[in-house]
Amino acid sequence: MHQTSPAPVQPAPGPAAGENRYHITSSRVGMPGAAEPNGHAAGNGHHAGPRPSDALASPVLVKWLRDMIMIREFENRCAQAYQQAKIGGFCHLYIGQEALAVGTIASVEHDDPIITAYRDHGHALARGMTPRACMAEMFGKATGCAKGKGGSMHMFDRPNWLFGGHGIVGAQTPVGAGLAFAAKYELEVLGRSLAGGAAKKKVALCYLGDGALNQGALHEAMNLAGLWSIPVIYVVENNRYSMGTAIERGTTMAHDLTAKARAYGIEGVQIDGMDVRTIYDRFKPLADRCREQQRPAFVDLLTYRYQGHSMSDPQKYRAKDEVELFRQRDSIALLEQHLLHERRALSEADVDAIVHECKALAQDSVEFAEQSPAPDAQELYSDVYVNIQPDLSPTRAYVHGAKNPLL
Amino acid sequence: MATRQIQFREALREAMAEEMRRDDRVFLMGEEVAYYNGAYKVSQGMLEEFGDKRIIDAPISENGFAGLAVGAAMYGLRPIIEFMSWSFSLVAADQLLNNVPKMLYMSGGQWGCPVVFRGNNGAGGQLGSTHSWCVEALYANVPGLKIAIPSNAHDAKGLLKSAIRDDDPVFFLESERMLSDKGEVPEGEYTVPFGRAELRTEGTDCTVVSFGRPVNFCVEAARELEKEGVTVDVLDMRTVRPLDIGAVVRSIKKTGRVVVVDQCWPFASVASEVITQVCERAFDSLDHQPLRVNTDDVPTPYAKTLEAEYLPHKGKIVQAVKAALHRL
Repeated sequence: MHQTSPAPVQPAPGPAAGENRYHITSSRVGMPGAAEPNGHAAGNGHHAGPRPSDALASPVLVKWLRDMIMIREFENRCAQAYQQAKIGGFCHLYIGQEALAVGTIASVEHDDPIITAYRDHGHALARGMTPRACMAEMFGKATGCAKGKGGSMHMFDRPNWLFGGHGIVGAQTPVGAGLAFAAKYELEVLGRSLAGGAAKKKVALCYLGDGALNQGALHEAMNLAGLWSIPVIYVVENNRYSMGTAIERGTTMAHDLTAKARAYGIEGVQIDGMDVRTIYDRFKPLADRCREQQRPAFVDLLTYRYQGHSMSDPQKYRAKDEVELFRQRDSIALLEQHLLHERRALSEADVDAIVHECKALAQDSVEFAEQSPAPDAQELYSDVYVNIQPDLSPTRAYVHGAKNPLL
Repeated sequence: MATRQIQFREALREAMAEEMRRDDRVFLMGEEVAYYNGAYKVSQGMLEEFGDKRIIDAPISENGFAGLAVGAAMYGLRPIIEFMSWSFSLVAADQLLNNVPKMLYMSGGQWGCPVVFRGNNGAGGQLGSTHSWCVEALYANVPGLKIAIPSNAHDAKGLLKSAIRDDDPVFFLESERMLSDKGEVPEGEYTVPFGRAELRTEGTDCTVVSFGRPVNFCVEAARELEKEGVTVDVLDMRTVRPLDIGAVVRSIKKTGRVVVVDQCWPFASVASEVITQVCERAFDSLDHQPLRVNTDDVPTPYAKTLEAEYLPHKGKIVQAVKAALHRL
């Protein structure tokens, strides 16, 4: 990922002392159709009739809440560990965007392939990676999801069908088309699933930031997806900033990004990305259609990151008030209020218990990572080739390393 | 095994078709590979046999379809991607240099990237600077890739079959100038393993190391030198990663002299690497400093006469061998 010269690390705001939760002013709750701050188009979550998510049993929504809280607590721990120099390199936090990964992933099947960019911890956790494997990877330990060889930007999880974690902006977008191409090839050519069993209709999710909208790779990939009707959904995590550049300063048609998809014959929709129920309500039917009809889509999901682009971002390009405005429609608080007051599925004590559990799991992941061994020295020379032959390198022979802890 | 004479391009086609019959995960994608029957007729007739779900015309989007191949390979397919020219691979550099060779490592061994990228490499014939790239020096620098560079129809078929079966990514470098060359190719099934050099001529005075099209220039040079009583080992490396340095060292222990012939520019080339490894492993066997013959260190010219002079041609090789033998 692009990076400026090192800048002072911002303190990571966690929940206030003695306050477990992510409270918002209650008057704003339940107003997803209200005008959103700073030019974001109003979300489309305002439904006159019943919402598809209303048909879901409460435990499903409680799990979403738990997943979002888990991501936030995990990221708070990441920020802390980064400040303590226990995590190296670049580290991009997902705080503020939790509803997006949770809502979209809840809308597809577990064996639908997904791929994302470098702000990837949230997707990994939402897909089922353990906080331990995710944190240990960032600590560069042998117990990490890539044995400490990938780092924060390269979260891979084969059992959970997460194909990375990709560091170069936009580079994952043709790869995402390839995942969907292969799934369609299983259906049309092989007549079987490469993972065993019969072929079935799948849809791939390929996440990208709004900054990737201006990379050529995306446009080549969308042309291929439109041309060949590849079942990939390009999910734009539109947090309004590519690093420090506001979307209007770097991207044409910022007010209607779906125009870019239409140019490639791809259906494009815009969805309020701060309300996980709205995401599910709109994204699930779209994903179902793409799966059924084996075709692509493009989704502009309006979200916001509360933290800087990376841990070394002083955030001089935006006003603190702007961040505060978005915090007032915090995704976790929105769902929490719904479960507390509309569904009455949880009590305050239940929520406290969930927060407590997630905090404990995040803390446990740090302790696990700290106590885990560094990668064995021979791992430097493993996983370079699958089929190791003599004379591949002039310096030292490659080796087969330890089995990946996730496999 | 009975053999017959077929063209280099037919050998490539046979390798792909045989592997596609053997493994339904294999597909061919590239510009003009299907309905046009291949820009250079390598894939002629394959659309008819395999249909348009497996022989796939791609638009001119190298970065897009190279990246698509990465995803398809991670998922479990075995793509063959044809670049009309390796010169055009440069617009797909991010996929080829970042994703293809590093996926296995970055994922901690969870996903490899078994793709074969293949196409024309090197000066084709008055195509000028942008279309005459030799990419082996660029790509051989990156760990995680295997690179095969056949010099004849027999090896083209056998190496390509090995490449398609390999679990690692293979860059397969052909030459427009060799596609019509005919060679003896067995009737039946065979493969050529990676990392095994082959002796094209045998001699005692000097070791001449090469790969790809220039191997043929070396053989021409060897014939000319023979008239003057000089005999050489011409070693066809066939793959440069892996590099059969053992075969080079064995030959040098016999001859004491080495000339490396490479159609890339000299600076930081595969020739440089071969010579470095020779110095590391066989320094005491050398009776003369190692020499290299590369293309001249200039952009590829258009004019026929200039292009002919630019290449590592027979005349330059003969001169280099004579220099190594103090016969100039």
